[in-house]
Amino acid sequence: MSNEAILHDQHFGTHDAPHAHEHHDHESFITKYVFSQDHKMISKQFLTTGIIWAIIGGLFSVIFRLQLGYPDSTFPWLQDLLGHWAKGGKLDPEFYYSLVTMHGTILVFFVLTAGLSGTFANFLIPLQIGARDMASPFLNMLSYWFFFTASMVMLSSLFVQTGPASGGWTIYPPLSALGEASEGSKIGMDLWLVSMALFIVSTLLGGLNYISTILNMRTKGMSMTRMPLTIWALFFTAILGVLSFPVLLSGAILLLFDRNLGTSFYLSDIVINGKILPNEGGSPILFQHLFWFLGHPEVYIIVLPAMGMVSEIMAINSRKPIFGYMAMVGSLFAITSLAFLVWAHHMFVSGLNPFLGSFFVLLTLLIAVPSAIKVFNWLTTLWRGNIRFTPGMLFAIGFVSMFISGGLTGIFLGNSALDIHLHDTYFIVAHFHIVMGVAGFFGMFAGLYHWFPKMYGRYMNNTLAYIHFWVTLIGAYLIFWPMHYEGLAGMPRRYYDFSSWESFKMFAGLNEFISFVSIIVFAAQLLFVVNFFYSIFKGRKVTTQNPWGATSLEWTTPIRPGHGNWLGEIPEVYRWPYDYGKDGRDFIPQTEPVGEHESKH
Amino acid sequence: MDLIMTNQQKRIHPHKFTLWVVICSMVMMFAGLTSAYIIKRNQANWLTFELPVIFWYSSAIIILSSFTMMISKRAFAEREMGKYRRMLAITTLLGITFIVLQAIGFYQLSGSGITLTRNVAFSFLYVLVGLHALHVIGGVITLTVMLVRVFSRKSRNYSIVPVEMMSMYWHFVDLLWIYLFVFLLMIR
Ligand code: HEM
Ligand SMILES: [Cu+2]
Repeated sequence: MSNEAILHDQHFGTHDAPHAHEHHDHESFITKYVFSQDHKMISKQFLTTGIIWAIIGGLFSVIFRLQLGYPDSTFPWLQDLLGHWAKGGKLDPEFYYSLVTMHGTILVFFVLTAGLSGTFANFLIPLQIGARDMASPFLNMLSYWFFFTASMVMLSSLFVQTGPASGGWTIYPPLSALGEASEGSKIGMDLWLVSMALFIVSTLLGGLNYISTILNMRTKGMSMTRMPLTIWALFFTAILGVLSFPVLLSGAILLLFDRNLGTSFYLSDIVINGKILPNEGGSPILFQHLFWFLGHPEVYIIVLPAMGMVSEIMAINSRKPIFGYMAMVGSLFAITSLAFLVWAHHMFVSGLNPFLGSFFVLLTLLIAVPSAIKVFNWLTTLWRGNIRFTPGMLFAIGFVSMFISGGLTGIFLGNSALDIHLHDTYFIVAHFHIVMGVAGFFGMFAGLYHWFPKMYGRYMNNTLAYIHFWVTLIGAYLIFWPMHYEGLAGMPRRYYDFSSWESFKMFAGLNEFISFVSIIVFAAQLLFVVNFFYSIFKGRKVTTQNPWGATSLEWTTPIRPGHGNWLGEIPEVYRWPYDYGKDGRDFIPQTEPVGEHESKH
Repeated sequence: MDLIMTNQQKRIHPHKFTLWVVICSMVMMFAGLTSAYIIKRNQANWLTFELPVIFWYSSAIIILSSFTMMISKRAFAEREMGKYRRMLAITTLLGITFIVLQAIGFYQLSGSGITLTRNVAFSFLYVLVGLHALHVIGGVITLTVMLVRVFSRKSRNYSIVPVEMMSMYWHFVDLLWIYLFVFLLMIR
């Protein structure tokens, strides 16, 4: 008996019953759509919640960009929307910080971690490795509901009198540790911490399920080296999460103690409003270590799934095998390992010992090697391919472009000497938005356009998709490219108003331009949202089982797979998933036995 | 079929594997805290402390409970359900005793002036020992649930997987305590 049979036989009764789906037709609404244990439904729950968060988080950025781009104007409708946070239509400085903080928190954690991994790990892992569901569907369901509860707590913090947390998404103490320090450090900060603790539990539950499923539930013949690169990427992502989030949790616990129980882990020698605090002996740098030990892996938690999906989509739409499969796996592994060893590059100017710093410079620059390998392999996969420019493919190519641009600026930042000048300027904002924010989103869009037919049995509208792509690509460069210049000129990040500052007055026009483009790009994302929800109900129906001509297992399931995925036996796998354009054939599915005279790949 | 069955024996049950991953992530949390502790200790303003004697007794208790858990699991494997139940109950009791002893330890600490907020060193002591105790409480709750099931349920479930997972977790919290205890004794 396989693991599959041990765990899922009783649920699906598929021993030799080809009608497995039938006894699932009488699921109730609650078990089917709400407390579902079907990985595909859970994936859609993560996705929808992620989309809602993305709209909220994106809107926040539009609002604070209004302040940055038009510092002298007032927007009366802002007061209608935000009440006392925008008296007279002018954004309150305190609330500006809240918006920036919430924008960062929401997009990094709720959208690009939960929304991205939650959606695609849940959807693709069982389908692509040939399993009926996750190793533990129940824990998987819990994972979503913890995320949902975390979301509710975070959402509620937007409505408390003193406002949500406002110390930046990195919530450095002492600012975040002392309620007296700012409005956002009061109850909003506690809610942030509670929400994040719940979020961490959700990520851990999800992650350990992903790891366990990938290692234990693969179908017959699916050796590790026959797995699609998406699965490899999701696997390493889960490992990163499981090993680094607990450290953030410990950092957050200590912060909760400092805030509420009077300890001094992070606090020492503080005078606030003329009052000397009794706290002694703590060190705020300690928090930075604990935070960035997660924080750096976190950025790869965001980008690895995108890398995996891009590799997959690129091979399919170039009609060519992925170039250097083992090198792709190896570089994922290298990135994962190095991700744990470079956190202090975020702390070069924190008073870190420069000697120690030089080790971190070296290790940081080493990441450029596996990154470059990946880029090289993507480009060679495209090279002389029979490229089909589907929306998914365009976003995949866009991802590579973004990853190159942002990776190059990373090499600037990795040098501690340069970083002294660039740290906490708009150069950082440009770097991480391009390499993580936009690239992460591009990976997500690529995946959504590509797997939408599998998820909902319909296609999304292509014209809208093309408009969405071009506006987003051009817009993203127009927004973030100029920020490099601002940063090089020393313009600091997280400031409310630059117009009163002689050195940065010259950027007034540029800031206005950036804000203007942000609004357009935000509107283009709404186009995507409309396309997405419209297509779920009204999109063109998928009529063939394998619309993209792909080799991997998810396309061997019925067009609208039920709980349990395959009707009869789970198919057996005989080859890797990248047999495109081989021996004169367009593609050979993984389920086809290797022929006698077939050439080696 | 037979062939595949024997093959299966060597493979680890997915839920057990999941528990291993959980344990790894718990280890990371404590590794994070103890490294923070070491960094902090090398900075100014660190007071050393004496651990209460009662922690020696609680250590003995939790090591003992690991043994009773082990016997209980063996008994289950050999279908000696009576012995299994007895040993499981004893393990639970020992677990509760451990928590009570830790609480008394905290009480004695604060009585001798080692309070949560007086010095970072003390704060760390409380957080480390307290978080570990929470993990033990989680284990005790699960043990209790298992006990209730064993004593009440009509349809008997003879799968050993839950028992094995319970004992895995229990040995883990035991080892974790020994690590923390030795750590706190050596590095103060
Ligand atoms: C060649 C690869 C890379 C190098 C050498 C690199 C280097 C750096 C350095 C040194 C910083 C700190 C700058 C400072 O705060 O002064 C930084 C910031 C950042 N990087 Fe990268 N990076 C690379 C790739 C990436 C990737 C792939 C991502 C995400 C997917 C990413 C996300 C971020 C983020 C989010 C920050 C800013 C965090 C903050 O302060 O809020 N980086 N990078
Ligand atoms: Cu980093």
